[in-house]
Amino acid sequence: MNEVVPAHNIGAYVPMVDGPDKVSGRAKYTADLITPGLLAGRIFRSPYSHAEILEVDVSAALRLPGVKAIVTGADCDKTFGVLPIARSEHPLARDKVRYRGEPVAAVAAVDDATAKRALGLIKLKVKELPAHYTCKAATAAGASTIHAHRPDNIERDVLFELGSVQQGFREADLVREGIYDCAEVCQNQMEMHAAVAEYDAVRERMTVYASTQVPYYVHLMLAQILDMDMSRIRVIKPHVGGGFGCRTEALNVELIAALLARKAAGSVRMVTTREETFITHRGRPQTDIRLKIGMRKDGKITAVECECYQRGGAHSGYGIVTILYSGSMLYAIYDLHNVKYIGKRVLTNTPPCGAFRGHGTVDIRFAFESLLDEMALELRLDAMAARRANYLTAPTFTDNDLMVNSYGLPECVDWVEKASGWRQRKSKLPKGKGSIRKGLGFACSHYISGASKPVNWTGEPHATVKIKLDFDGSIVVLSGAADIGQGSSTILVQTVAEVLGLDLSRIRIVTGDSEVVPKDNGSYSSRVTFMVGNAAIDAARNLKHVLVAAAARKLEARPEEIECLGEVYRAGAQDKGLTFNEVVTEALKDSGTITVTGNYSTIPESHGGKKYRGAAIGGTMGYSYSAQVVEVSVDEETGMVNVDKVWVAHDCGKALNRLTVEGQVQGSVWMGMGQAMSEETGYHEGLLVTGNMLDYRVPTIQDSPPIEVGIIESNDPHGPFGAKEAGEGSLAAFLPALTNAIADAIGVRFNILPVTPDRVFAALEKRRRAGNESTPRMGRGA
Amino acid sequence: MARILELILNGRRRVDAVPDNLLLLDYLREVVGLTGTKTGCDGGECGACTVLVDDQPRLSCLTLAAGVNGQHVDTVESLGQDGRLSAVQRGFHEKLGSQCGYCTPGFIMASAGLLRRNPHPSEDDIRAALGSNICRCTGYVKIIEAVKYAAELHAGGLAP
Repeated sequence: MNEVVPAHNIGAYVPMVDGPDKVSGRAKYTADLITPGLLAGRIFRSPYSHAEILEVDVSAALRLPGVKAIVTGADCDKTFGVLPIARSEHPLARDKVRYRGEPVAAVAAVDDATAKRALGLIKLKVKELPAHYTCKAATAAGASTIHAHRPDNIERDVLFELGSVQQGFREADLVREGIYDCAEVCQNQMEMHAAVAEYDAVRERMTVYASTQVPYYVHLMLAQILDMDMSRIRVIKPHVGGGFGCRTEALNVELIAALLARKAAGSVRMVTTREETFITHRGRPQTDIRLKIGMRKDGKITAVECECYQRGGAHSGYGIVTILYSGSMLYAIYDLHNVKYIGKRVLTNTPPCGAFRGHGTVDIRFAFESLLDEMALELRLDAMAARRANYLTAPTFTDNDLMVNSYGLPECVDWVEKASGWRQRKSKLPKGKGSIRKGLGFACSHYISGASKPVNWTGEPHATVKIKLDFDGSIVVLSGAADIGQGSSTILVQTVAEVLGLDLSRIRIVTGDSEVVPKDNGSYSSRVTFMVGNAAIDAARNLKHVLVAAAARKLEARPEEIECLGEVYRAGAQDKGLTFNEVVTEALKDSGTITVTGNYSTIPESHGGKKYRGAAIGGTMGYSYSAQVVEVSVDEETGMVNVDKVWVAHDCGKALNRLTVEGQVQGSVWMGMGQAMSEETGYHEGLLVTGNMLDYRVPTIQDSPPIEVGIIESNDPHGPFGAKEAGEGSLAAFLPALTNAIADAIGVRFNILPVTPDRVFAALEKRRRAGNESTPRMGRGA
Repeated sequence: MARILELILNGRRRVDAVPDNLLLLDYLREVVGLTGTKTGCDGGECGACTVLVDDQPRLSCLTLAAGVNGQHVDTVESLGQDGRLSAVQRGFHEKLGSQCGYCTPGFIMASAGLLRRNPHPSEDDIRAALGSNICRCTGYVKIIEAVKYAAELHAGGLAP
């Protein structure tokens, strides 16, 4: 009996709790919810980039047999948007269309073929307006206005200077400036956007199944768009096939499905095409950056000046937050003073951008780590030495008031230095066969573990978890956190099991149904492990108190004498004790079914500062850190770049689940690789020309390198068991590590993304023709 | 026009009247109700709909239902015996070859097809066999580990 020990799972390799459903085909995604009698929904989209709507004529479409309902902008005068301060988008365009592909009308019909035929009968009459597809065109003098409340097409202007850059540049031994251009990229998650809306006309209730990262936002926006009381709406999140940020806002797809269902007084299944999923977009904006850094001979950075333009697309979306992140997250990775940031978020006649994994930090980090590498080379400093000269010392607050409590970056750098053989191999790799040249590149990045202040500031805790325990001894965790494949449900089951000392098999989890689970702020900005994990620990501790009290009563001991060993509760090592089920039976005598609540709230010190407008953006309870070394082979004949190997070290505070941490880090690195090497949305006069997975090329298994992961555990004082985020912070470092490696291999520096074989080939041709041995920089128009 | 389709689906004989232009993917999902097979693109780009036709991987989104008349079609729902996961399913679950899970049935069927043809694949064989399936979550590292592990389990007697 004295052999009893509580079960432990934290830090183990734990397969996902919903894995068996996914590998057997049982897991249901929204598009899989096929039931008899569902109507098929289809969207009629604008063929114009910018136009005044004169008439939307749906009369012929309505006469088509089998058409049950048609909605247009006339059916809804409400606007939606993720930020309460920037809700400027109608689910169906009214008055104006602002990008090619913007929803104008939608049809619900008895089957998909009829719905598609009806779209062909809808007539849109417009007066075309001048359209702007670049930041430059949209902000030129005399440019036509896209939204009346933003007459100069600037969604948000950010300007701050903390310290004095003039003074900082004076103190520098070397000042260099670079111009960077990063293409627009799209999440392109495997599951296309889908929604099923069921309207109960008798009881006036709406149920929407949505492929979303934040069911709560969908709930709020449905209430707003439908003008319905929130209590009449139910949102269900089935399995979700990835998100990477595009599903952190309510999308027009789910709102339109609901409008159709209400008008048809029935149930509508709306599954978009891959092309429509691309057009719905909410990806990372095309970004132009001018960056100037001052550095001392020893690598210490003395000043940073950064100007950033983001082509935001036709609606506000997350734009204000994105442009603020790009400035605030210059900080919290290195010890910087004398920083000036000028950010402009521009409205253009292209699909709306949004939050994409590494939100707002990725393109800026590419520029920063590229210029740092170039300057270190010029100062004959090792690339790692240039970072080491700028480390923070935690705990600390940055000049823009970001709280840094744990800082594993030095250990990350040390790990990749050793694992990659950096000292022995950097710039010393032998040439490959024929025209192959090899190189190593290095870079760092960081990310937040959840935005400290939620988008909708209500005064509630940041996260709430409930646990139910009943007569059968099964423990059910109830959480609104959306598992979108990142494994959040697994982490919550693990944390509850760990606190109670029980095997994982005793714990079940229910998520994703607003009728059952507590509200959650959602799966965005890598908040779930930190915020909801802490709430789950709190709930499990509260349950443990109840069980310990019951055991004490039964054993006629004081609660502090009770030892909880998971399956056994006993009063001292000599006591035979009670089984878990006996404790449960005793505990239920008081209250019947037990339900406990756990909460988590962030501390005010983590909320960022007030030194400039929007300075709260960037505030978090804990920053993750990442360092990467990338090894490449470049073929000087063809311009082909092959990534041979990646070494990445990620400071996630504490790996609650080593398997999923590795998976998240590898996935992040690889997604960075796609952006760096091949992914780019393309438009011809606003018409998306890359709306498929052949033209929008993501790396295949044949292109993808081994990625070796080093887990660094800095044990954050506030993280659940010390944990911080693991799913975003390693993305950004790949981009500069790649271009730094290419510079090492062939002496050409690419300041434009993606680095396609065409661009490499053109750069090498240009150098050959010029006979120039210096390191050229390749940017747009270079 | 409709015609009679007679096939062996997941080991069971089945007869349906299907329109000439019905895709095998839509037949499986909407007529039979086997929604394990996924739609991930607008045709032939992503591999999420991969099934086995007479043991050969096939994109069901580019295959007419009527075109598999008289053939054996296996979907992800056919794998596993006596309620236990198959070798490939265990590989993807235990090695985290699946994150969001949406591409997983396609990867699993392409991998099962590989192991049926070649029970001892090299890493290059695995990469070649899965070259037309796209995963957006894993970076493929753990998918390769999953298939290697599945080959070991298969060598130990577990069906792919």
